[in-house]
This record gives sequence, structure tokens and C-alpha cells, in this order.
Amino acid sequence: MTEAYIYDAVRTPRGKGKKSGSLHEITSLSLATQVLQAIRERNDLDTSKVDDVVLGCVSPVGEQGADIARVAVLNADYAETTAGVQVDRFCASGLEACNMAASKVMTGEADMAIGGGVESMSRVPMGASGGAWSTDPQVALKTYFTPQGIGADTIATKYGFSRDDVDAFAVESQRRAAQAWKEGRFAKSIVPVKDQMGGIRLDHDEHMRPDADMQSLAGLQPSFAGMGAMGFDEVIKQRYPELEKINHVHHAGNSSGIVDGASAVLFGSKEMGEALGLKPRARVKAMASIGSEPGIMLTGPTYVSQKVLKKAGMNPEDIDLYELNEAFASVVLLMMQNLNIPHDKMNVNGGAIAMGHPLGATGGMILGTMLDELERADKETALITLCVGAGMGTATIIERV
Amino acid sequence: MKLETFGWDIDADGIAHAVFDVPGRSMNTLTGKAVADIIAIADEVASNDAIKGLVISSGKPSGFCAGADLGEMGQRAGGGEKKELSEAELKKQQFDQGFALNGTLRKLETCGKPVAVALNGLALGGGLEVALACHYRVAANDNPKLQFGLPEAKIGLLPGAGGTQRLPRLVGVQAALPLILQGESFNAEKAYAMGVVQELAPSSETVEKARAWVKANPTAKAPWDEKGYKVPGGVPHKSPGAGQVATMANMMLSSKTYGNYPAQKNILSCIYEGIQVPIDAGLRIETRYFINTQQRPEAKAMIRSLFLSMQELSKGANRPAGHPKTEFKKIAVIGAGLMGAGIAYVQAKAGIPTVLVDVSKENAEKGKDYSRRLVDKDVSRGKSTKEKGDALLDLITTTDSYDDVKGADLVIEAVFENVELKAKITEMAEAVLDDDAVFGSNTSTLPITGLAKASKRPENFIGIHFFSPVERMGLVEIISGKETSEATLAKAIDYVLAIRKTPIAVNDSRGFYTSRCFGTYTREGMEMLAEGIKPAIIENVGRQCGMPMGALEVSDSVGLDTALKVTRATAEAAGVDLQGDDRTQFLAWLVEDQGRVGRKAGKGFYDYNEKGKPERLWPDINKMIEVKVDECPPDLKKELTNRFLVRQAIEVARCFDEGVITDARDADIGSILAWGFAPFTGGCCSYVDLIWGIKEFVAEADRLAAKYGERFEPPAVLRDMAAKGEGFYDRFPPAGTKAKVAA
Repeated sequence: MTEAYIYDAVRTPRGKGKKSGSLHEITSLSLATQVLQAIRERNDLDTSKVDDVVLGCVSPVGEQGADIARVAVLNADYAETTAGVQVDRFCASGLEACNMAASKVMTGEADMAIGGGVESMSRVPMGASGGAWSTDPQVALKTYFTPQGIGADTIATKYGFSRDDVDAFAVESQRRAAQAWKEGRFAKSIVPVKDQMGGIRLDHDEHMRPDADMQSLAGLQPSFAGMGAMGFDEVIKQRYPELEKINHVHHAGNSSGIVDGASAVLFGSKEMGEALGLKPRARVKAMASIGSEPGIMLTGPTYVSQKVLKKAGMNPEDIDLYELNEAFASVVLLMMQNLNIPHDKMNVNGGAIAMGHPLGATGGMILGTMLDELERADKETALITLCVGAGMGTATIIERV
Repeated sequence: MKLETFGWDIDADGIAHAVFDVPGRSMNTLTGKAVADIIAIADEVASNDAIKGLVISSGKPSGFCAGADLGEMGQRAGGGEKKELSEAELKKQQFDQGFALNGTLRKLETCGKPVAVALNGLALGGGLEVALACHYRVAANDNPKLQFGLPEAKIGLLPGAGGTQRLPRLVGVQAALPLILQGESFNAEKAYAMGVVQELAPSSETVEKARAWVKANPTAKAPWDEKGYKVPGGVPHKSPGAGQVATMANMMLSSKTYGNYPAQKNILSCIYEGIQVPIDAGLRIETRYFINTQQRPEAKAMIRSLFLSMQELSKGANRPAGHPKTEFKKIAVIGAGLMGAGIAYVQAKAGIPTVLVDVSKENAEKGKDYSRRLVDKDVSRGKSTKEKGDALLDLITTTDSYDDVKGADLVIEAVFENVELKAKITEMAEAVLDDDAVFGSNTSTLPITGLAKASKRPENFIGIHFFSPVERMGLVEIISGKETSEATLAKAIDYVLAIRKTPIAVNDSRGFYTSRCFGTYTREGMEMLAEGIKPAIIENVGRQCGMPMGALEVSDSVGLDTALKVTRATAEAAGVDLQGDDRTQFLAWLVEDQGRVGRKAGKGFYDYNEKGKPERLWPDINKMIEVKVDECPPDLKKELTNRFLVRQAIEVARCFDEGVITDARDADIGSILAWGFAPFTGGCCSYVDLIWGIKEFVAEADRLAAKYGERFEPPAVLRDMAAKGEGFYDRFPPAGTKAKVAA
């Protein structure tokens, strides 16, 4: 099979996902357009050679609806022969989009393809696309539907992570993100977002709270205790009767932030890269997705990592750097515990607790973060993964070339 | 037009008047004939040009209609229809039958002519559904007994004549949900406030008001047939708030019922799916879910036990025939402790003069205080009046003298569980009692035959076992000893009916029927604990399989010291040595070393707060027993569920085997009302017959016996039933000899 190489990766800075956020005045289409344009311009790319653009988007309704990938291709003035497709694998949509783009190269369907994603959470709110899982009684009851935060708290309870554990993790995420920005570690892939006049609207992640410490986090009320008491705790205990009570430890400070942003990653075959004069930066070594127990919802990263490692013929210790989306602190703590991953290999530049999680865009963003970091730290392999709604996991192993 | 269940006439204005009046019944129900008549009326109104509109009312003073005929429906529930038809033909036939009333009401609703209904009294279930299909509803504002409601869910069914479609369209999903899911009834004022009825009027005027509306509105449409109609509060996936309502409704149902009740889940689906489509499609969806629900074993079990058997037993179905009904002029209660005080209260509440006896007048007065507190509470909440409360209290005479017992028709002894004490009281009471007076002992475990030895006339001696708190628990277990006569049993049942509770009749045995079987639930919990299963798993699975409390919490309520005492006494009686028994050792450690005797001490398996509510499982339980199982995946949960429920059912089967209980209805109702056996099963016998099937149940019991020991071993009668393919209701049907109450 053809190898899929990564030639470039870009992302927008992440704007606060509310009306006062810097990117609220910028359309989702514009965000997606700007990352596609950046890929073209940075690589002097003949876009007629790009067969397809796959973009993740979790709320594909309203301005994000009706295949935003194809609409962004058109708006970015790509060749009209470039196709576009929007995919939804909840939080892993962006990484799934990258895996699909890479797969297209591997199978020969495409010689060059772009993966990535877009989500303006301030403009199209989370949950806007509705869905049957929580609302249709036939499936909600038998799968013990609970909101993600209850799942995250259930993980903390079941696997013994205290409020201090999750808060300490959050403080460290903030510290690492601040340091990474200070040292310019994201500079390679950040594409400042331009406004309607072409001026710079945002050039940095604006959700960060570098001054957060244990004391300030201790003052935050748990976000999901109320929902749990209303009945969701009793729902999840049906699947986990071993839990006497759910320990609600997650709050706004140790969960991923709601933000706006977009990402794009350029994949291609060796031949097409050479023909276009592009230098490959890494190759995709293995990819995988799994389903896991949907009630607790967020335990997938461990299982999908085990699967993707097996496909790559590797052991956990063979991976130099891990990037697991910080949906909630307990999710990352659990995978580190399960696979015995030292913290200094996990999310070395911070994560979504500090910088935010623009749902459909995140996978492409953290893949780019790993690509940059492998080069900066001169390391070989990275495993990128995310926990996924309804109990799934998606992962990718990349290797420098 | 020939109608059997409706009166029919057409006035000079062309307004037809259909008067619902099922002959020979005090209350209208939607019998097969009534449904046929409604179909005929709808056809006539729709097709006869001379008819300009329709007014429907009731010819019964009791009200409009109490809903479906559950006797007829119980026969059809739980599948049953024989397969001579192909699968597709059968399904079509079932749908057509199920949709008949729905289709007719829809036809009436869309015929263009105005239809109004006058509701003078109760309209429940199908009765309310018929009313909801009318364009205009007038309810009486002067009938305190008037109630509306859709109670189908309470007996495992769902409203199948448009109720799940019209009520949400009328009042919004959020307001309709609790009414349909919980089936609670509501009065005329609330119905008016919600918009369920459009007008209130005195009973004598409702028909004329309905007629006036019909006259004034020559054409009529339901709101949902008007252009631009919107469901109040919105529709899932069309308005954001409505999706939230659906999500929360699923959460509430799941967290309250643990998915054990198919009817409730299907009700949610009727509303969720039906509200998203036009009402005609919604009605078809409702019919499909109705049939789906009706075919579940839970529906048959719940209709039979919770409705039919409850009604029968509450009317004295198990009373021996041929004995005159007793009117109680005076009843003495001896022992003014918690139970005696409660018994005195329920007697007085039923208007029976009561003598409350204790060793001192002061003690007896303390017992009467219990009634005073309950009366005060009712008066302060407006449930009773000062006058009624005083009259109730006046019926309770307190005394320390047995002279006051003289002339009582019945004595209830409610003193400590001590054989000598009870014997002494029996003698003292009988010394003053008339020869035909009955002596009843409210013991919960001591064999009646043994206690009756103290009696001069053991044929008049009987067990009358109340449950605590007496004023809230609806069941009374009547225990006949070896010598107890049928006349005494009849009298005891008359007594239970007089105080408006439900009697079950059982025979003598240690723990009788209820205490004996109930104990197996807590004991199975102890077995699990001894095996090293994490306490939270035991408690959660217990609740989630349908029991009202976790097994350990129940043990705390009973008292761990009591449990220890009973265990030791039982072992001693059976000559068993408990030295090597881990469970007893553990219990002794809790009670004797740690002083954790249960809820009354604020500490047992749980720690309790000042209000007596469990705060948390005591973390040190596992100091003595190592936790070996700290996860509970679905397979284990199923195994533990079966252990809890099968074990109780096996004990019930043993009671039948030993002749302790003889009527499946008594066993089912007893199991639900006495110890809260998972109500969706219809009780222990229906659990075996319908949820498992007798052969499958015995196979499962054998599997569990092989794995966990002889406590799961099916008794001989169960094996014989399995061999013959008989369920409890085949082998132990309502006894034909036990005729209805003499009245």
C-alpha cells in the first residue's frame, strides 16, 4: 500500500467560544477557508492536485451545515476539481478527517488530500445538531445515556482520581501551555485569523489561564453535581453498581474550554510530494478507531491506543510523545495510569484544559502540535488520540521521516 | 340505530345526545360492546346529514367512564393469541383490533361537526381519552369525587386510545409526561387550569352547556387540525428546549425505575415519536406501542396482580363462604406500643370503637398519642377537620383494666414477641370475653398453633399480622393455626376489610409467609457480602432489580441484633452449630464488638444522619471480609439479580409445597405489599409463571443450586409443575370453594 506522508499542518489560534470571544465575529466558513488558504500559500500548492478535503465538524447545522468542507474549498479558491466532505466522529472528528485523508492516499484514491476540521462553538453551539441518543427513549435507557461530564466524574470515582489529582493536572496543563507559547513552540503551525478587512483578528490562544493554581481551582464548584443529583448518577450506577456515590470533581477549570477554531493537515504520497517539490515531515504509521462502553463514554483512548499500537507492532514505551485531548482531566489521568505513560511524555505542551477544544477542529490541531514537537525535540514517534462521545476512541501514530 | 350501552336521541336542532350507560353496572367501562357502540355513533354522526353535532354524557351518577374493561383486557395481555395466521397477518390483525377505537375517535374528531362532552364525575383511562377526542369538554365543578387521569401505566399498560397523542398536544409534553407516566389523577380545577377541560359548570348544567357550545359552533376542529398549530413547549429536534425535555424525561425514568417497566419506556416513545409527526401517524405509532406493551409479560402480570387480584382480595375473595358477615361493635387492642398504637388508629379511622389496653393507663395514653399526632397532621394539612379528628379520637378508650375488654368482638394482642407474655394475656383476655369472640395475635414470627395452646378455645385463635407503619401499609397477613376454624378466619377477614386493608390468608409456619420469604432477600445479601462482593454492588443491584431498598439497608431497618437473635434461635431450634459460620461471626462482630445494631442506633451497615437517612455505607465493613469482587459488569449484575429474585421465589414455592400458602393471588399480592417484591413482575408467582416460565425457572434454580447451594433447590411441587408445564396460577388458582364475601 502507498505510504501517506504529512507535508504540512496549520491551525488557527483558539478564540473563546462565547459572544465576547475574538472569533465570534468570524464565520465558521471563514475559519475553514483561512486554514485551507494557508496550506496553499505556505506550500505554493497547485490545488488541482488536491483530490479531496475532509473536515471534521460536530455541529454541522446552520452555517456549518450542508458539507462545509466543499463550501470552504470553493470559498478558498481551490481548484473546483477538489472535492470536500464533512465528517462527524464527535470530538475526534478532526483526527478522523486526517485518518480518512491519509487513507485516501494509502489506497490510491487520492494522491494528495487535506484533513482537519472547523468548529465555531460561539456561533453554532454544542448540541445544535440534536441527535437521538439522549432523546429517544429506546436507545437512551438501554445505553445509560449520561452527559460527558458525568462520565468523566465516573472515571474519577471508579479509578480513584481525587479533586486534587484532577486540579493538579489542570494547573500543569496551564503551565505547559503558557511555557509552550512563551517559547514559540506553536509558531510553526499557527495561522493568525484575519478579519473582514484583512487585519489580524487573533494571533494567540485566548482561553488560557496561566495564573491558575490549586487555590484558585479549589474555589470552583463541580459542574455536574447538580445534574448527577437530578438522576444521572442513578443512571450511570446501573452500569457501574460498584459505585456507591459519584465523586463530582470536574469543573470549568479542569475540563476542556469551549472555543472557536479550525485546522488543516496536508497528506500526500511520496511521488506527488516529489512532483510538487514538497518535503515530507512525517508519515502515518498506523490508525485506528474503537467503540467502548457508552455510559462512562470517555474510556476509549486506552483501548484505541492499544489497538493502534498493535497495528503498528509497537509497545507503549516505544512512543516518544503522547497527545490525548484534554476533554476532562480524569480522561488523561486514566490513560496514563492504564498504559503506564509518564507525565513528561503526555501532552508536553499543555492541552485543551488550557487552550480549549474546538470540537471538530481539535484532532487536526493536536496532530499538528505533535508534528511540530517531534521536530523541535528531535524525537521520532507520537501517538495522537481523543476520547469520543457515545463511547469511542480514535488514534493515529505518526513517525518522522 | 341500535345501541346497547348508550342512550340516543336527536333534538329539534339536529343535535344528537349519546348517554353512556352500560346496563347492569354501577360504572361505565369501555367493554367490547361499548367500543362497538362508539364506532356506530361516530359513523352515524359523520354520515347522517340530519345530525348537526353531538353531545356525549353519562347516565351514571358515578361518573363518565372508568376506562378499559381490565377483566377483558387481562385475558388478552401477555401475548397469547394462537398462531394460525402468518406473522404478517397476525400483526395486521392485532393492529387493526388495537386501532379500532383510535380510528373511530379520530373519525369523530375530524367529521367537521362539533362534538362536546359533559363530564359529571370521573373520567379515567379510556374514559378520559374519549373525552379528549371531543372538541369541547365541560366538567362539573360541584362534584368532589370527580377525577381525571390516565392510570394505565400503573398496571403496566399505556393509554392506547389517543391519550399519549392528544394530552401532550393539548398541554405540552412537559406537563403531560408526569400525568401519563405516573398515572396520578387530577381534579376538575386542575384540569381547567391546564386546559384539559374548557369549561366548568354545576353538574346539573354540564349537558346544557355542552349542547349550547355545539349549537354555537356549527363546525369544529381539534387545535392540532388547525393550520399553524404548534405543540405547546415545542417538539424534539424542532425546538431546542423540547430536546432537553426529552433527555430529562429519559433520565428521570431511568433513575427512578431502572428500566424495569416497559410500559413507561414505551409511553415516552409514543410521545417522542408521535409528537414529531402529524396526529394520524402519532395515533398509529401509539397503537403499535400499545400492542408491543400489552404483549409483554409485565403487562399481564401487573394487570392481574395490581388490578384484578388486588380488587378481588380487597373485597374478601379468600373469605370462607357460609359465615355471616361480622359487624364490629368493639375491638380491644392489647399493648399500646408502636404496632398497637397504629392498629388502634386505623380501627378508629374506620369508625370502630376501640379499647387500647396497656399495663398502665399512662402507657395506653402514650399509645393514643400516636393517633393524636396523626390526626393533628391531617387537620393541619386540611385532609381532615377538627370535628372529624375529635370524633376519631373519641373512639379510642385507654385503660389498664381487662374489665374494659368485656364485650369486644375481637381482641388484637400486640405485645412483645414473648410466648409466656402472650400466653398470660390470652388467658386474661379470655377470662372476660364472650365465647364467640376472636383472639388475634399480631405476631410476626411466632407459630400460631403454639400460641393457641394458651387459649381455652384455639378454634377462635388466629394470627393477624400487621406491617409497620400500620397506617400506611395496606396488607394484613391472616394466619390460621392448626385449630383455627373457618368461622374465625371469616371474621378476621371481615375485620381487615372493615379497616380497609387487603387481607391474605396463610397457614401456620415459623415466620408464616411474609416474614419467612422476605428474610431470604436480606440473607442473600449477607451471602454476597460473605463472598467478598463489594457492599455497594449488593445495594445497587438490589434496588435496580426492583426491590425498594438494598438488602443491607433492609437488614439495618430490621435491626442487626434482631437478625443475629433470629439466626441463633433458628439454628438452635434446628440443632445447627454456628461456630464455623462466617456470616454469623461477622454479624456478631458488627453487633457485639462494634455496637452497630442498625438504623435505630444510627449505625449498622450504613452510617445514618440525625433524620435516620443513610449517609453512606460504613467503610470498615470490609475490615472483616475482604472485598474480592469490586466491579459489576452486566453478566454479574444479571447473576446477582437472579440470585436475589429467584431465591425469594424459591422460598415462596416452598411455602406452597408445605401448605403455608394455597392461593397464587395471596402469594403475589403478599410479596408486593408486604416486602416490596419487584412490582413489575406481578409478584413472586407471576415472576415464575410469566417472567421466566416454569420450566426455565426451575432450570435456572437448578443452575443456581449447583453453584451456590441448596437454598436455591426447587421444592418437589415446583419440579412437578415444571414436568406438567403448570404455573402457580394453574396449580394454585383462586380456590373455587372460597366464595365472595357474604354481603
